[in-house]
Amino acid sequence: MPDMLLKVEGLQAWYGESHILHGVSFDIGRGELVTLLGRNGAGKTTTLKSIMGIVGKRSGSVRFEDGETVGKPSDVIARLGLAYCPEERGIFASLNVEENLMLPPVVKPGGMSLAEIYQLFPNLQERRRSQGTKLSGGEQQMLAIGRILRTGATLLLLDEPTEGLAPVIVQRIGEIIRQLKARGFTILLVEQNFHFAATVADRHYVMEDGRVVDMIAADDVQQSIGKLQGYLGV
Amino acid sequence: MNGRPLGVFVGYGLALVAALIAPWVAYPVFLMTALCFALFACAFNLLLGYAGLMSFGHAMFFGMAGYFFGHVVKVWNMPPEVGLVAGVAGAALIGLVTGALAIRRQGIYFAMITLAFAQMIYFLCVQLPFTGGEDGLQGIARKPLLGGLIPTKDDRVLYYVVLAIFVFGYASIHRIIHSPFGQVLKAIRDNEQRALSLGYEADRYKLLAFVLSAALAGLAGATKAMVLQFATLTDVSAAMSGEVVLMALVGGLGTIAGPVVGAFIIVTMQNYLASFGEFVLVIQGAIFVVIVMAFRKGLVGEIAEWWKARRRPA
Amino acid sequence: MAQVALGLVNGAFYAMLSLGLAVIFGMLNVINFTHGAQFMMGAFAAWLMLGLLDVPFWAALVLSPLIVGLFGVVIERLMLKRIYHLDHLYGFLLTFGLALIIEGLFQWKWGSGGAPYPAPIRGGTDLGFMVMPTYRLFVVVAALVVCLATWYAIERTRLGAYLRAATENPTLVRAFGINVPRLITLTYGLGVGLAALAGVLAAPVQQVSALMGTNLVLVVFAVVVIGGMGSIMGSIVTGFGLGLVEGLTKVVYPPASNTVIFVVMALVLLVKPAGLFGQSR
Repeated sequence: MPDMLLKVEGLQAWYGESHILHGVSFDIGRGELVTLLGRNGAGKTTTLKSIMGIVGKRSGSVRFEDGETVGKPSDVIARLGLAYCPEERGIFASLNVEENLMLPPVVKPGGMSLAEIYQLFPNLQERRRSQGTKLSGGEQQMLAIGRILRTGATLLLLDEPTEGLAPVIVQRIGEIIRQLKARGFTILLVEQNFHFAATVADRHYVMEDGRVVDMIAADDVQQSIGKLQGYLGV
Repeated sequence: MNGRPLGVFVGYGLALVAALIAPWVAYPVFLMTALCFALFACAFNLLLGYAGLMSFGHAMFFGMAGYFFGHVVKVWNMPPEVGLVAGVAGAALIGLVTGALAIRRQGIYFAMITLAFAQMIYFLCVQLPFTGGEDGLQGIARKPLLGGLIPTKDDRVLYYVVLAIFVFGYASIHRIIHSPFGQVLKAIRDNEQRALSLGYEADRYKLLAFVLSAALAGLAGATKAMVLQFATLTDVSAAMSGEVVLMALVGGLGTIAGPVVGAFIIVTMQNYLASFGEFVLVIQGAIFVVIVMAFRKGLVGEIAEWWKARRRPA
Repeated sequence: MAQVALGLVNGAFYAMLSLGLAVIFGMLNVINFTHGAQFMMGAFAAWLMLGLLDVPFWAALVLSPLIVGLFGVVIERLMLKRIYHLDHLYGFLLTFGLALIIEGLFQWKWGSGGAPYPAPIRGGTDLGFMVMPTYRLFVVVAALVVCLATWYAIERTRLGAYLRAATENPTLVRAFGINVPRLITLTYGLGVGLAALAGVLAAPVQQVSALMGTNLVLVVFAVVVIGGMGSIMGSIVTGFGLGLVEGLTKVVYPPASNTVIFVVMALVLLVKPAGLFGQSR
């Protein structure tokens, strides 16, 4: 049993009056890559945001490395060693590529150096002086991922990294994610693209209506394909 | 369910009775001044509370209308009715020109632009001979109204004239707010994108609201010049613009009666604190701060909320 | 020609103040009406320090912005912070109220007349086409240096990158571990410090009076609308440029000199409402 890096129990969350998460529970072991699957509106992004502390109101328990984080503000949570890559990527237009990469502060030792990140993403090095938003969708996604590798964070929260990208880029991102896993990062991935998720994940959690309703290990995916298709409505 | 609760009718009834007997109880010139400012504050609130546009330069309409009135009555020697019309028309025209330009930006920029235009007009007033510069237009005679029928030299008689003007203005605002035009304005204020997508030319509505507000502020300013018999630089100053914002804020933005209450409070306060000199500014500033931090709905607004909360089933 | 060069002195103040306003607006989304009062406090602090403690101008140039900047930090923590979630107009109203309080207090204590402040540099400099009072030349140069230094700090340093990013997307920046609330407080303090610095520079040029700020800030609002608040360099260029325009108007048609900036504002609104350097917000 791998040691638990993140343990979420009974997480609830609200956007203003809307009650989005009704009690999410799951856990992630150190070095695992776990996905959150589910249809649109199931609450996957909200779960990531709640763990990161960005959602307004939340209750329940989120334990990272055995410390409770659910009540803490997002900058404190980040400094514990979590990093977030949002769905909209969040590349800053008023910063160039290198400034974007250097922005997140180093919170723990052990993060990748700028040189190592450029090795992983050579095209970013070529365009390091370009304004952040002048990059293509795929390049911006790589920038968004590359940004959080420098910080020393051990748990990466990635929200739909392949959304809207060409198949070639999607493959590249898959390779990168596998490399990151090999380097020891723990990853929580939200994905709509199940086929992509299946190529990288150790386990899949399925969400529906703000709750986790099932867990499927990578080995069991083949047998459970019908069940999965039902959940995802494909 | 038919709109207005009984309480509102009773309230208006009592207010009317109070208004009618007031000049026998309080100093008429004070009452008239308060009524003018009440109308001014209501005109400002029409723009902010209902169209969602904060003008920080409303003094330009109030003050310039006073100058127009004074000029028409004193220099051109015409009857006060013509002066009032001149004041309203002049203010509306200024409103049209400045509004057309200010509307091009939203929110806080709009406020800054109106402030800047008002400041420009202030500087013009300092320099142009027609305003009498630093001295202003003094000694505007109180001429009788309606060709001699109404002797305005008597403060009590004039009070009822001013009361009538105020009621006219207030009723007009009420009518505007509850008209289809007013509904569209509210829709634009709440969600301009949506209103635009429904086909409403938001800018036109906003401009019309601006001009109406300017005209009514002009009516207030011209009437004040008629009552107090002078028009000076103070009336077009940034301080005056700030004061009307304070009145509406104290009374309650977005309520019809709020600005009236706010105006009476502020005018009374200024009377009592006149001997304190510049300290009045400090108090006014403190009121601004306290209201923004704690009582955003203003006096009438907070009372209305409290009343509603009481009547809600537990 | 002399008038035009003197216009640059006004332009220096326009630039410094509109820069401060723009930086504060970018991060806090609040139009700091108190800016004029803080400018005035800067001048007063220098005057008081000279009168009561014999603190010379050059020390006041450093101390005054620190003191007033600290005061700004207190305002931000105690009051501004609590209203960020409201409509931006409330920020305007709050800072307006604070300006009234501050100016009212200063007026009440010291009256509205002006007190002179001795210029630290005397004499004139021959520029070829005119002889300019050396102190005024110093003001223009100092303002340029400060503005460019601010520009450099924001556009080229790490802290500036934090600021720019937080202006765009404060939530995400906070999720990276940066203490954004503290950054906001710091930004306000710096903007206020800039205003106070301008005040110290202004003290020998105009009389130190309780009203010196309001008159100026109203014009600066027009400058800010003309420039748009989108860019730092834009605010600087617009400020100095309008100073020149004002100077030119004093030569060509003196009565219009204090309204010309407003006329320019009207023209800019007609042609490019977002401002010369602005992006549509």
